[in-house]
Amino acid sequence: MTDLTVSNDTDRKEETRLQPGVSAKVRKPVSDAVSGWLMSLPMAGVLVFFLVLPIIMIVVVSFWGATEFSIYPAFVFDNYEFLLTSPVTYSVFLNTVKYALITWALTLGIGFTIAYFLAFHVRSLTWQIVLFLLCTIPFWTSNIIRMISWIPFLGRNGIANSALISLGVVDEPLDWLLFSDFSVILAFVHLYTLFMVVPIFNTMMRIDRSLIEAAYDAGASGFQTLTNVVLPLTKPGIMIGSIFVITLVMGDFITVRFMSGSQKANVGRLISNDIALLQYPSAAATAVILLITVLIVIATLLRFVDIRKEL
Amino acid sequence: MIEKTVSKKGFSRRSILKGGAAATGAAIGSGAVSGFPTIWAQNIKDVTLRQFGTGVSNLNEVAQKVKEDLGFNLEMTALDSDAVTQRAATQPDSFDIADIEYWICKKVWPTGNLQPMDTSKIKNYDKIVGIFKSGKLTPESDIAQGTAPHTVGFVDGPDSKSFATEETGWMTLIPTIYNADTLGIRPDLIGRPIESWTELLNPEFKGKASILDISSIGIMDAAMVCEAMGEVQYGDKGNMTREEIDKTMAIFTEAKKNGQFRAFWKTFDESVNLMASGEVIIQSMWSPAITAVKSRGIPCVYQPLKEGYRSWGGGIGLSKSLSGLELEAAYEYINWYLDGWVGGFLMRQGYYSAVPETSKNFMSENEWGYWFEGKEATGDITSPFGDVLAKAGDTRDGGAFLERMGAVACWNAVMDENQYMVRKWNEFIAA
Repeated sequence: MTDLTVSNDTDRKEETRLQPGVSAKVRKPVSDAVSGWLMSLPMAGVLVFFLVLPIIMIVVVSFWGATEFSIYPAFVFDNYEFLLTSPVTYSVFLNTVKYALITWALTLGIGFTIAYFLAFHVRSLTWQIVLFLLCTIPFWTSNIIRMISWIPFLGRNGIANSALISLGVVDEPLDWLLFSDFSVILAFVHLYTLFMVVPIFNTMMRIDRSLIEAAYDAGASGFQTLTNVVLPLTKPGIMIGSIFVITLVMGDFITVRFMSGSQKANVGRLISNDIALLQYPSAAATAVILLITVLIVIATLLRFVDIRKEL
Repeated sequence: MIEKTVSKKGFSRRSILKGGAAATGAAIGSGAVSGFPTIWAQNIKDVTLRQFGTGVSNLNEVAQKVKEDLGFNLEMTALDSDAVTQRAATQPDSFDIADIEYWICKKVWPTGNLQPMDTSKIKNYDKIVGIFKSGKLTPESDIAQGTAPHTVGFVDGPDSKSFATEETGWMTLIPTIYNADTLGIRPDLIGRPIESWTELLNPEFKGKASILDISSIGIMDAAMVCEAMGEVQYGDKGNMTREEIDKTMAIFTEAKKNGQFRAFWKTFDESVNLMASGEVIIQSMWSPAITAVKSRGIPCVYQPLKEGYRSWGGGIGLSKSLSGLELEAAYEYINWYLDGWVGGFLMRQGYYSAVPETSKNFMSENEWGYWFEGKEATGDITSPFGDVLAKAGDTRDGGAFLERMGAVACWNAVMDENQYMVRKWNEFIAA
């Protein structure tokens, strides 16, 4: 895919360069193809070394055997057998998907609203930029810090609970605020909403305003304009944001560990536990299954929108 | 064309300068570190030993004191128990000294990443407490269940990968600190006496209990609880059968589903925060964590329980790749470690030193009486960091050394069914 896009780009550049006509005579069509390949080579190399090879390694190791303290090359299905026959695996994958879906729905709702506000309600470009930068300020600190700072806030004697008690909303501190699914999802939404805002805002900014005027002129209500004009045109942005959020949530382990007080599990934690206990083959097998799951989810998403066409 | 030549020329000139400087630097650097036999003594200042271990004993104060007393550098890395095991087993070149627990040693020793120590080079070897040599605290004591330190403390020779059954002169780990663990409680929030391990699963503390999420230690605490409840009888808590593991985890899984636990903790700091914030009022805990909670002015008791303690011991092991000057420095470090200063420093936090009598020289009579002999404090007891931990008239939870270490019910262990146990533990965490 990358190869194709890169060479397409170069073709386009070549065309524009050819137009003046002077230097064009020297060039042969063969060199176009060669230079296209050459230009895509560094990127391809990086991907092969840092993406494809490690994944192959993971797949290979997932068939190895392990003892307490070592792993040895083999071709056994033990790891997969244990993984696929354990009821825990299914409940953990289910939990992972649950986190991904809820987080996705919430970040989409919040992200879309913010992007819509920035793109259509804020009129001046300066303010758009200022407000957009404001959204990114939290990203100046590490996401672990942003996550952990929720813990004292939500705790039994935390600010949230003492505020609720002093307002008379509740009599006793709410336990479910911290170390629960609620706190996990809260942290996810907090951490990842921006990944939704950015691509959606980006596509919204490129919507031709005359289309909205046309819809208005044709008598569409605000809501109809939103669902019939804005929403379809922002689909690519929504899709890119969704891919970001879903892959990030499905691959996470540290947020779940801290925000649930180690009480909830997702696939990432399963893998990290295995690694901590030196069970690399078993961790690799889990990683392979997770990778396949995520790829299926993304493939499904991409069926709804042809991102390459829309871009 | 012209541009090319120019840039090439510039580059080559600069590269020569740079390369030259780097080469000189490298030569100086490597010369100093690897050294020549004839100038060892002068070079010891340039030695850097890389030590890693759990947070309990990897303290910067120790590194500073090493620099002062011995002249060489000690780099400390603190990790959790699982990470320590992983590093010792998989990255032998990333450390010189491994500060690990005895049960970790049982797992890691067969990898061949550590080398045994010649006890004739250890000055205070004869004064090391019996637990680490014969397994007996006093000649009359019983040996507790689990991976008792003496069972993995010796090997037959420098290259041996299996453990010897008695003292051989080749020690796997030089014992540094050890302690007897029990449950930590917040007496102010519980308001009644706690006497048994069963209280961890008492519904009274629903949503306010915690257990540590390090499988090999957590399972022992769980076993102490189940045994105390009378639900499971164990042949050896340190080496359970599959059936015993299943029963134990079933009881704990049910408790978890009923919301007994507020959280699980994996690192020392997490346990301190859970306790200090009041999220948890009863949990498995380590002694210095109690100290840390107390030093914030929050009441916290390391509650002795009638069923006895779960004990652990740590020691320092040498990396296989240590040799020459670094090895000499490491032996010097070990001798210094057993010489008393570190022992005193750690004992004032509630641990025990492997050679208590040398630590005595570095503690006041009041401190020695309070921490080791279980006597009433005659004045303020302060931690090495200056926080007041006890006032005159207080006594230590659990009493004197012999009383506490004599009541050990089992040692942290690695079981034969470890892999099965780990899987069950993971299911418990995921349940």
